[in-house]
Amino acid sequence: MADTGLLESLLRLLEKVDGGTDSQDVAADLGVDHQVIVGAVKSLQALGEVISTEQKSSKHWELTGEGREIAEQGSHEARVFNAIPDEGLPQNELMKMPSGKVGFSKAMSNKWIRLDKAHEGGPRVFKTVETIEDTVRDKLQLVQKGQSAKLEDKEKNELKKRKLLSEVTVKSYWITKGSSFSTTITKQETELTPEMIASGSWKEKNFKPYNFEAMGVAPDCGHLHPLMKVRTQFRQIFLEMGFTEMPTNNFIESSFWNFDSLFQPQQHPARDQHDTFFISDPALAHEFPQDYMERVKKVHSEGGYGSQGYKYDWKIEEAQKNLLRTHTTAVSARMLYKLAQQKFTPVKYFSIDRVFRNETLDATHLAEFHQIEGVVADYGLTLGNLMGVLHQFFTKLGLKKWVEVGNSGVFRPEMLLPMGLPEGVSVIAWGLSLERPTMIKYGINNIRELVGHKVNLQMVYDSPICRLDS
Amino acid sequence: MPTVSVKRDLLFEALGQKYTDEEFDELCFEFGLELDEITSEKDIISREQGDEKAEGASDVVLYKIDVPANRYDLLCLEGLVRGLQVFKEKLEAPRYKRVSPADGGEPQRLVITDETASVRPHAVAAVLHDVTFTQERYESFIELQEKLHQNICRKRTLVAIGTHDLDTISGPFTYTAKPPGDIRFKPLNQSKEYTATELMSLYKTDGHLRHYLHIIENEPLYPIIYDSNGIVLSMPPIINGDNCSMLLNLKSVFCVCLQAKTTLDMVVTMFSEYCEEPFTVEEAEVVYPDGRLCVYPELAYRTETLSGDFINKRVGINESAESIAQLLTRMCLRSEVSGEGDLIQVEIPPTRADVIHACDIMEDAAIAYGFNNIVRSTPRTYTVANQLPLNKLTELLRQDLAAAGFTEALTFALCSEEDIADKLRKNIAETRAVHISNPKTAEFQVARTCLLPGLLKTLAANRKMPLPLKLFEISDVVLKDETKDVGARNNRRLCAVYYNKSPGFEVIHGLLDRVMQLLDVKPDRNQGYHIQAAEDSTFFPGRCAEIFSCGKSIGHLGVLHPDVISRFELTMPCSAIDIDIEPFL
Repeated sequence: MADTGLLESLLRLLEKVDGGTDSQDVAADLGVDHQVIVGAVKSLQALGEVISTEQKSSKHWELTGEGREIAEQGSHEARVFNAIPDEGLPQNELMKMPSGKVGFSKAMSNKWIRLDKAHEGGPRVFKTVETIEDTVRDKLQLVQKGQSAKLEDKEKNELKKRKLLSEVTVKSYWITKGSSFSTTITKQETELTPEMIASGSWKEKNFKPYNFEAMGVAPDCGHLHPLMKVRTQFRQIFLEMGFTEMPTNNFIESSFWNFDSLFQPQQHPARDQHDTFFISDPALAHEFPQDYMERVKKVHSEGGYGSQGYKYDWKIEEAQKNLLRTHTTAVSARMLYKLAQQKFTPVKYFSIDRVFRNETLDATHLAEFHQIEGVVADYGLTLGNLMGVLHQFFTKLGLKKWVEVGNSGVFRPEMLLPMGLPEGVSVIAWGLSLERPTMIKYGINNIRELVGHKVNLQMVYDSPICRLDS
Repeated sequence: MPTVSVKRDLLFEALGQKYTDEEFDELCFEFGLELDEITSEKDIISREQGDEKAEGASDVVLYKIDVPANRYDLLCLEGLVRGLQVFKEKLEAPRYKRVSPADGGEPQRLVITDETASVRPHAVAAVLHDVTFTQERYESFIELQEKLHQNICRKRTLVAIGTHDLDTISGPFTYTAKPPGDIRFKPLNQSKEYTATELMSLYKTDGHLRHYLHIIENEPLYPIIYDSNGIVLSMPPIINGDNCSMLLNLKSVFCVCLQAKTTLDMVVTMFSEYCEEPFTVEEAEVVYPDGRLCVYPELAYRTETLSGDFINKRVGINESAESIAQLLTRMCLRSEVSGEGDLIQVEIPPTRADVIHACDIMEDAAIAYGFNNIVRSTPRTYTVANQLPLNKLTELLRQDLAAAGFTEALTFALCSEEDIADKLRKNIAETRAVHISNPKTAEFQVARTCLLPGLLKTLAANRKMPLPLKLFEISDVVLKDETKDVGARNNRRLCAVYYNKSPGFEVIHGLLDRVMQLLDVKPDRNQGYHIQAAEDSTFFPGRCAEIFSCGKSIGHLGVLHPDVISRFELTMPCSAIDIDIEPFL
């Protein structure tokens, strides 16, 4: 804030003129630098409608550094002329003067001086006239007084060529009285302070208006990852529906639990090297429930439990192969087997965790993703029940059309009966990826921007909370 | 899910009815299929190769229909139409019949020699007699074989199909195996003879066939089928001989399948429709090395008996046995009420090799009933939900780490050996890492043994963001562990990094204090937690401490070694903390 005295002088000046004034004229009138007046104008603007202003730009002539020197001390040629006494001066001495060279040639062409080359003791310079008129200095002094208009354009350009003058553009304000014009200043406060509250002085003070168009200061905080936010919501949905979380913290699985126990034949394409990551170290799993494994072998190779089986030579070597689980259903199989080893009680299970596929990668496929899985095991479950559960689940997600998002079905008896589950027990299950609904929810097209180290942290910072049903 | 592409007009002609796209989509849905796309050859070429290339291509409308993976009977126009017509009760499911040669002559015979023992000592054969092919039927026949090769034959590794013009060859046929140098013939679409060895190198550059070479490439003997005059029928599973290749105007087709009789059944049942006597297939004899003589194709029908109650209870409907039998009949499973209670006898035709259990029959009944007609109902299963304690702890900690000013990262569980070893100044042998045997790229060589590399890579990808960067992740790493059945286990860890112009050890140390406060562990050398100077090659010497909780080491914190920072393409100092959270369960 410029000092109040200056602001009030400016306002008093403005009061006297009709139709307004230019800030440059104000500067000249008050005898201060124009920049100071510009500052004062800005301070007055901040006070509201005291003044109104309009930006203007105008050109004017100004002395250069050399020009100012000449205006003060005379032109180089004049200084040379004045330095020469009546008896003349040796040329080499004259040339030692600061203005020597330029002044000598100018004074020569003005015919103010002459050079006697044949003078004894070396070339000597003499005055040729008694007095001179230093027009260059006169012109520059005119400009300095702000009377450059008295010079002709030709003269000004000549001086510009000699680098004594320059033309500058000046931004100034056209100042007029504002709607709440007054010649006295009430200082506006920026913020309420504890002192004002204590003293009650806030009652008398004017407060500077806030700019409500500006953004606030971002809070200094951490952020949760959007995929994990969606994961939290899915967990919440399952918990609300009474599903218990399965322990899926085992990325490494044997082919036995990942495929064989699910009645997936050993030559199934999913078990191909092209689709599944196999493990070289530790290559093989070494512990299986023996009786159960025999039953699995039998149902694959010979059938049983009402099934024809696949009629092929089932090999334990194939079942032992370790891999990165291709679905969390491997864990569901372990859980159902465990369930079958005790007196049957109905269960509802869920899991959301990573699975791995050795697939060709593109904008929507990565080698690892999160699988969401729900499983219900009870006596007499029907396809109608499966559709009922799915309907409830997807209603909670806020998705009307859910068929395309995932897979669902009833586990085969060839999977359940060898585990030892009672005959009448059905197990319904469904699964979907966590990434797909998240990408839809947050409008992300490339999965790499969401998952993995190439994530855009700004996106993480900016992503809203996740309410799946709205 | 395989996709079958059929010409729309041809399909409608065969169905004897025209549909709008919407009507046909609806029909597909009712039948358990999905009309995936409506397109044309021109559209496909223009999409894949640009409009210019598509110039002049056919704009006949194609329907691309998704068929369930195990429904091999729907992989061609013929099968699809038959299935739909039966479903709509416009046609009764045909009965496929094996017949003796019409002229009363001897059946064709295929003799398998001992030498095949090392390759695939099993083959089956059949004859389609007096068959009438048109251009479209012929194309469909070839297409079906290709579809079967890709699906049930597992890219020819399990089964290889060969079909030949019977009039150009004469039996008996011999299936044997020979060293590749001794095999010499003119293969399909080539103008001269090659040895098998030459063929293998010739097809190395063939976009289609090169994918199958590996199946026999390293065998000492290659499988080969000759006719009685030494004409080569085929060198399965690679290529047929040129002499007996099929042409449009052929009379009879000799079909040979290595290994699987169901595949043979599928090929012949689909196209027996075009035989003089439709749906009959002429038998062929196969003599095995042990002298056994078998007659093919089997075309076996099987009967399952199940109760209407079973279907009703599993689907969740209430239909009479008669109506269920009718539903199943519409799915090509000819069914009759047996008269005993509500028992239904269901006949499974050779085309439905996918039906191996009563539950498959139940599924077909549900499809025919219409999934949309099944009343949705909530299971009465009463259960109380429990969170997995480890995940519950993780969820709670995540919230508070974000509240502490750190942002959650989500990094890959798979990475390169370099990420977890060299770049962290560790020896890979000491990492206890689980190694992947078949990674397509270095990014998938190992399962991560620590979370730090993922966080550092996340920092590197976000170097343009304003400093400081504060990241955390709570997730699983994988470590070898012999006490587990699979020899490895997951370990839930918490890792955080602080990246700024100054290392900020005090920030990371403060985070440890906060985490311990959240876990209700007090600073105490014996009953609580403490840190103690330690040397770890990942950290800057003298700037690393080991973290102990109740006397047990749970992790490290410190300022990262400058080499680690550079190796992750970072330029600023960075401090990190890495702890095991499982002891706090």
